[in-house]
Amino acid sequence: MTVTDDTVTTSGIIGQPRLRKEDPALLTGEAKFMDDLALPGALWVHCVRSPHAHATIVSIDTSAALATEGVEAVYTGADLADLWEAPLPCAWPVTDDMKSPDYWPVAQGKVCHVGDIVAVVVASSRYTSADGAEGVVVDYEVLPAVISIEDAVTDEVVIHEGLGSNVSYEWPLIPDPEGVEAAFANATHHITETYVHQRLIPAPMEPRGVAAVPSPHNGDMILYSSTQIPHILKVMAALTAGIPEHKLRVIAPAVGGGFGCKLGVYPEEIICLTLALRHGVPIRWTEGRTEAATATIQGRAQRQTIELAADENGKLLAVRATLLADMGAYLQLITPGVPLLGAFLFHGLYDVPLYSFTCKSVFTNLTPTDAYRGAGRPEATYAIERAMDVLALEVGVGPDEIRSLNFIPTEKFPYDSPAGLVFDSGDYQPALDRAKELINWEDRRAEQAERRATGSKTHLGLGISTYVEMCGLAPSRVLASLNYGAGGWESATVRILPTCKVQVVTGATPHGQGHETAWSMIVADRLGVDPDDVEVLHSDTAISPLGLDTYGSRSLSVGGTAIWMATEKVVEKASLIAAHMLEANADDLELANGVFSVKGTPGAEVPLAGVAFAAFTAHDLPDGLEPNLQAEVTWDPPNFTFPFGAHIALVEIDEETGEVEIIDYAAVDDCGNQINPMIVEGQVHGGIVQGIGQALWEEAVYDEDGQCRSTNLGDYLVPSAAETIDMKLDHTVTPSPTNPLGVKGIGEAGTIASTPAVMNAVVDALRHLGVTEMAMPASPMRVRRTIEAAQGGVS
Amino acid sequence: MQISLTINGTEYCEEVEPRTLLVHFIRDQLGLTGTNIGCDTSSCGACTILVDGQSAKSCNLLAVQAEGSEITTIEGLAGEDGLHPMQQAFHECHALQCGYCTPGMVLASVSLVEEYPDLDGQGVREGLEGNLCRCTGYQNIVKAVLSVGK
Ligand code: FES
Ligand code: FES
Repeated sequence: MTVTDDTVTTSGIIGQPRLRKEDPALLTGEAKFMDDLALPGALWVHCVRSPHAHATIVSIDTSAALATEGVEAVYTGADLADLWEAPLPCAWPVTDDMKSPDYWPVAQGKVCHVGDIVAVVVASSRYTSADGAEGVVVDYEVLPAVISIEDAVTDEVVIHEGLGSNVSYEWPLIPDPEGVEAAFANATHHITETYVHQRLIPAPMEPRGVAAVPSPHNGDMILYSSTQIPHILKVMAALTAGIPEHKLRVIAPAVGGGFGCKLGVYPEEIICLTLALRHGVPIRWTEGRTEAATATIQGRAQRQTIELAADENGKLLAVRATLLADMGAYLQLITPGVPLLGAFLFHGLYDVPLYSFTCKSVFTNLTPTDAYRGAGRPEATYAIERAMDVLALEVGVGPDEIRSLNFIPTEKFPYDSPAGLVFDSGDYQPALDRAKELINWEDRRAEQAERRATGSKTHLGLGISTYVEMCGLAPSRVLASLNYGAGGWESATVRILPTCKVQVVTGATPHGQGHETAWSMIVADRLGVDPDDVEVLHSDTAISPLGLDTYGSRSLSVGGTAIWMATEKVVEKASLIAAHMLEANADDLELANGVFSVKGTPGAEVPLAGVAFAAFTAHDLPDGLEPNLQAEVTWDPPNFTFPFGAHIALVEIDEETGEVEIIDYAAVDDCGNQINPMIVEGQVHGGIVQGIGQALWEEAVYDEDGQCRSTNLGDYLVPSAAETIDMKLDHTVTPSPTNPLGVKGIGEAGTIASTPAVMNAVVDALRHLGVTEMAMPASPMRVRRTIEAAQGGVS
Repeated sequence: MQISLTINGTEYCEEVEPRTLLVHFIRDQLGLTGTNIGCDTSSCGACTILVDGQSAKSCNLLAVQAEGSEITTIEGLAGEDGLHPMQQAFHECHALQCGYCTPGMVLASVSLVEEYPDLDGQGVREGLEGNLCRCTGYQNIVKAVLSVGK
């Protein structure tokens, strides 16, 4: 269904499903992931990690390790301290007085979470490095561990003594405090809900990996990493490891999924760099899955209180959100900024005049948190979407009706949000209507009523979640006002080669999303060439020196737009040459299907290929024009983009076993214009299943000592094909006015929307049993206990 | 120890440490890096290969256990005339994104379809339970497998 029409004039390639050019290499095993790189002469690093959440290191005995066959060296934190210029970077000092502990790649005297590195063993092979690690004996004095956010705020045990408190920062966003107070005082309905976002383990199928390859004689260094951010990593690693930036080249090989957790500068990257410098040979490390559960960042981990003030009809008057966010033991690259990415969206896609947000972020003795698929936006959407269902009940209207009543009306776009953003474009009601149609809302409601009437023990529940997200991380000035340490632009170079094949260089860095295909389509569409004749170069700072990488669904709206603009610029130059060849005025030329022609003069034309070759030979170019066809653009958008949509989950719950089964799922998403609908659909599928995982199965479980009890994929329940179903997808198209392609971004939408949709459905299914709230994940045991508690049994 | 086995039609006779996992032998010693490692508890299926025609998790076997067997890894699946029908189906159904789970998923699917050519969607889903994918949400994988099965 297309609600609004496209804004881009296209020659028909944009908007068509097109099979991915990335696939053949991945399907045949030809693609090289991090661990596939052959690096002759490399030494392997094994990290010796703390088994305790909080402890002082009394002593480390490395003698047995050093005596192990194959071991070349063993280093403790003390051995390496002098080699680092600076601790690991945090690029998002939210407030000027934000507390941030020094985060050294190898612990200095004290460990603060299970998995903190205490020593590194360097050996001739993967196996011997692990053998050596067995021989490292660490004497710890165990300290009390701070595991919960609630304990952390009391400061009874202060984790980083030097900071004096476990609170890292407090950040309020309350444009009109008196107004909010008054709204709550005058409201007919005042809802207060508290939700917990459990900790999640991102779990891309490829764990992290690093290799540092030195050229000992000229001081150059190549850092390979399974990273989402080679460009940012290069700057940060240069500053941290003390390597001159121009001597450092960062390459991300094929990356097996990131979901935010490869958006970091990690200890292992700095360790490999440092040791490669010292040993003068390649140094490599590959993460094990169990290691990934404690050494790679985790997501979510928030306690949220959301309050809604509404009039007698359920029209929202104010929204107030209060967060307690768990930073974990240290601040990773953008850890403190994650709550901010949601701070502006706790009012969702509703037209609310007054808004208040406050966040308190604390340290605990757990693995650091950071951006995980959606970063901040799933959290915000969860709170408002769960609370809207509660409001609907209180007002006595349906969950669909309460939403329709409060949607920002289409005519209000561009919409000045009460949090101070400008939402670019939106048309929310059609998405909800279509989702209801796809799920057969009325029939399902009837079936639900019928089951209740007949006393069935398998209960049906319908859950809606409508959402808006803030994507395309940029513009740089806005990010600066939030204290973010980098910009939000993206760069692109488009080069038409002498034979009219095209080369695109981009700073955005894909990790499985199919960007090469999408970007090729943009260029091919404009130039009238075959997308397969477009080569896309990326993920290597020597080939693509300028870039800000891939996260926050920015690769198309920021990176793709830069590519589109660079293409336009090349066309401009080409048209000067074509005009010269045709003895015409460049303004009178048009490029269509790969041919320049003079408007209104049939036969006066020259193919782009001819122009490209002329630009290369440079035998007869217009005076003063440089040979060759290439252009570079760095694009800093004027605003974020705001994709939106409506998802509805239908679940069935077996009252006896407590098992929740998803039996139908409808998703209508609007990411503006679509470049390749096939890729969009794939992103939505994956996102939805990831969000369902949070609702029903996934949780990083810790015991009271801070030991992670879900360190492998047997205990941490990533959904498999058997637990999931075919979803029904559709879309509306509301182009973004903030970029010429009218695109918005889709990577995180599914995850953002599906978690609250499923949880609303779970509560809806059990409401008639007295259940009013369900914590995540809604495991069979939790569901059973909640039902029992609601019915007066023990909880 | 010495082991001999056939991988993708080539015979190998190699010296291995008794503790070497089959997946490490294939990847590190033979340089066939298409077989991926996604976990250390045989839970993810990324390392799935065919051993004598049956899918097996190669992280869950020692190299020495493969003595005398005939193995197919992802590198050996495509024929001279192009991709194997399962690889082609994955491509056409957009059944992969990052592609890390893909070699294991494709090989598990090949063996599944061979064993149960008449599976329906739910059967495919259950048959692939041991292979995790974090990107695709499985819908298109199921579609791809069904398109080959039929
Ligand atoms: S690597 Fe073999 S099952 Fe995960
Ligand atoms: S395609 Fe990425 S894990 Fe399956």
